[in-house]
Amino acid sequence: MFFDDPVISSRMLTLLTLSFHIIYATIGVGVPLMIMIAQWVGIKKNDQHYILLARRWARGFVVTVAVGVVTGTAIALQLSLLWPNFMELAGNVIALPLFMEVFAFFFEAIFLGIYLYTWDRFEDQRKHLMLLIPVAIGAAMSAFFITTVNAFMNAPQGFEMVNGELVNVNPLAAMFNPATPTKIAHVISTAFMTSAFVLASIAAFRLVKGSNHDYHKKALFLTMKVGLVFSIATVIIGDFSGKYLAEYQPEKLAAAEWHFETEEHAPLILFGILNEEYETRYAIEIPSALSILAHGNPSREVIGLNEFPEEETPPLFIHYLFDLMVMIGMFMIGLSLFYWIGVKRNWSFIQTKPFRWLLVLGGPLSLLAIEAGWWMTEFGRQPWILRGIMTTSEAATTSDHVGIMFILFAGLYAILGIGTVVILTRMFRHHPVEKELAKQGGGAK
Amino acid sequence: MSLEIIGISVLWTFLFGYVIVASIDFGAGFFNAYSSFTGKKHILTKIIQRYLSPVWEITNVFLVFFFVGIVGFFPKTAFYYGTTLLVPVSIAIILLAIRGSYYAFETYGSKGHRGYAFMYGLSGLFLPASLSVVLTISEGGFITMVDGAPVLDYWALFTSPLTWSIVVLSVTAVLYISAVFLTWYANQAGDKHAANLLRKYALFWSLPTIITAGGIIYELRFHNEAHFEQLMNVGWMFGISFLLFIGTVWLIWKRRHYGIAFGLLVGQFAFAFYGYGISHYPYLLYPHLTIYDGFTNETMAISLIIAFLAGFLLLIPSLYLVLRLFLFDKDYVKGLSETKGGSQNE
Ligand code: HDD
Ligand code: HEM
Ligand code: HEM
Repeated sequence: MFFDDPVISSRMLTLLTLSFHIIYATIGVGVPLMIMIAQWVGIKKNDQHYILLARRWARGFVVTVAVGVVTGTAIALQLSLLWPNFMELAGNVIALPLFMEVFAFFFEAIFLGIYLYTWDRFEDQRKHLMLLIPVAIGAAMSAFFITTVNAFMNAPQGFEMVNGELVNVNPLAAMFNPATPTKIAHVISTAFMTSAFVLASIAAFRLVKGSNHDYHKKALFLTMKVGLVFSIATVIIGDFSGKYLAEYQPEKLAAAEWHFETEEHAPLILFGILNEEYETRYAIEIPSALSILAHGNPSREVIGLNEFPEEETPPLFIHYLFDLMVMIGMFMIGLSLFYWIGVKRNWSFIQTKPFRWLLVLGGPLSLLAIEAGWWMTEFGRQPWILRGIMTTSEAATTSDHVGIMFILFAGLYAILGIGTVVILTRMFRHHPVEKELAKQGGGAK
Repeated sequence: MSLEIIGISVLWTFLFGYVIVASIDFGAGFFNAYSSFTGKKHILTKIIQRYLSPVWEITNVFLVFFFVGIVGFFPKTAFYYGTTLLVPVSIAIILLAIRGSYYAFETYGSKGHRGYAFMYGLSGLFLPASLSVVLTISEGGFITMVDGAPVLDYWALFTSPLTWSIVVLSVTAVLYISAVFLTWYANQAGDKHAANLLRKYALFWSLPTIITAGGIIYELRFHNEAHFEQLMNVGWMFGISFLLFIGTVWLIWKRRHYGIAFGLLVGQFAFAFYGYGISHYPYLLYPHLTIYDGFTNETMAISLIIAFLAGFLLLIPSLYLVLRLFLFDKDYVKGLSETKGGSQNE
């Protein structure tokens, strides 16, 4: 069985842990910004609804942070447990951002603790709001640092290999490698976008369930607006990511696009299937679009997969993951733009149930796009763990017990996942909005 | 001082910090569960939750800091320990996860489920046990090299008396440290009942702690003679540690100066911990790995140290703020600020 092979089971366990952690990590990076916006709007407009919004989000946020912290601790340890040879080698070059990441968490955790327990200790609400700034900065910095590590795995630099020894190490050059700018920008903007849409889902869900309270309508409008801004940013930065790939990891882009022959005016292929001869069927082809994605110029040449030795090309199924991510990105821009115009023009269509169900779907879809994006980029790096230097199978542990650990962790994540959902729903059911507003004295409507 | 020594000293200090804060946390969880099963729940739970709620995440970061740091400064530890520790450390991760999440779930979500309290309390005993196995392994004799890869001999590990005495020490020390701290904290909060109860726990666990600690030194003589001899060279550190121990117990016994008693206790563990660490020098893993052959390159070491100093400058003021707001704020400690509307616990 595949569990007997330490390499495969290590890959599966890494896949499992990271796919689970990224949900919480994304929320952890994005939600502090959303809380900040809501509290700021609340203070400026002197509107209790927004203040309560910030308060309730913050309360739920604590639960997701807790799970983010424990799953993050799991990954950080698993990197050494499952990929000891990789960490031994890469630790010499890329330990710096990993180390700084811990400080960023530390910083964030401290101020989050203070923020949560001091809601009513300040006369001036603005002082309380200030406490969120270090939280948001800490979260964004930790995403920044960890993503430089991943960027380094894709575009390693900042050292030289002489007879298998690492020399001339330059930690800063390793951190600021060619993959870093687009990767970080894309990861952070998607975290903001996804958090906004996840919170919008909740508000839309309340409205679908029959609430007609202004509180939820304001929440929905605010989150959709922020979501729109960041989904546009995401697609623009995604386009830059494509250009990065074309220049530094052409095999990943080619595999994601099923682009086999090097050619000019390369078409972008959406969906479809591959037959035995590596020809695409049933696909939508957009002429020259891949050349535009790769180089910003419809007539430029795009390198095809056939230029690479077969044992160094990534699996071809990443094509579907890429398509999924891109389609969701486009769809979310369309959806939030439509909603925004609808609100401005008083379209009654946006108040209908089916449309609100679409808004509910937006959060889960964005999370799916995050997962698809990561699977695409991580599988797309195969067979390398450190591109061009070390393969995944050289890096893995030799321990025989990874399979059983996979089962244990799968059980753990199931408990944590279900626990999060149960606790969050229970928490908000016990404290209905209407009651809290009445208590605050702002409960008109 | 060489970079190697600076590196290991920083890490050892963080580990020491973790040992103290985590012991308080683990032990508190255990006392909480224990007291809820013996009908004394109302006495302890409040004290424990008020102290632990704001700080549990910070505790966790100490641990993360240590192991991220050790792989940063000594990348070869990833190779030796990473390969061999898969099972014990994975178990520790799972226990930590249960702890962290259930703690948050219970505090912020639903309240007072006995099953949660029980799991939380029990994990506080298993965690020190599974983490302390790493110290045992570092004494050597349990890892052999097969085809160039390290392999852990579980049978030898689980049948060694050294393993079990370290496990017992870790558990008793956790309970002792925690009880002494909470006695002080409860006293600060003016909760006489809780302080009395915790004082009894502290006295109860003091003797087993010192006996097992002595036992380990004895075991070590047979297990790793080289280490034992170096230990004797710094015997004075253990002597001071013992005197400090007497001081703590005496103050607690006399119901006096609980704050100083806790200070002495930290001193006691610091001397023992550093004494142990110094005598372990230069080995990270007997006899395979020393801090010299496992060290990273010089550039990385210097950048890590700079990052560490910069990070530290950032953290000290923030930690000070936390302590002022939660630990030493009289209103908060006594639970008064809650009536002003503590947001989480309504
Ligand atoms: C809400 C999530 C989401 C959405 C809507 C998009 N992406 Fe994305 N994408 C990610 C979430 C993501 C990600 C999870 O953040 C990834 C995975 C690894 C990374 O660096 O970012 C990613 C990676 C990623 C990469 C690979 C980068 C690399 O390997 O260095 C490319 C080329 C794109 N994206 C391009 C796009 C384009 C052209 C999009 C729009 C139409 C798009 N993405 C929408
Ligand atoms: C959090 C979002 C991430 C997700 C969902 C994710 C997903 C994955 C997946 C699917 C694999 C398996 C690839 C395969 O086996 O073919 C993998 C491997 C791996 N990832 Fe990521 N990844 C993420 C971020 C990161 C980051 C930030 C790092 C670096 C610190 C990282 C380090 C690794 C390592 C070391 C492996 C194992 C080696 C390999 O298979 O290449 N991952 N990840
Ligand atoms: C792009 C991928 C990732 C992002 C954006 C991310 C972000 C986050 C965030 C926001 C949290 C904390 C929750 C909070 O305190 O608010 C977190 C926790 C954590 N993450 Fe990740 N993470 C990612 C991948 C990884 C990887 C690959 C590692 C392993 C090196 C890792 C290690 C950790 C650790 C150790 C924690 C807990 C820190 C603590 O104890 O406070 N993360 N991560």
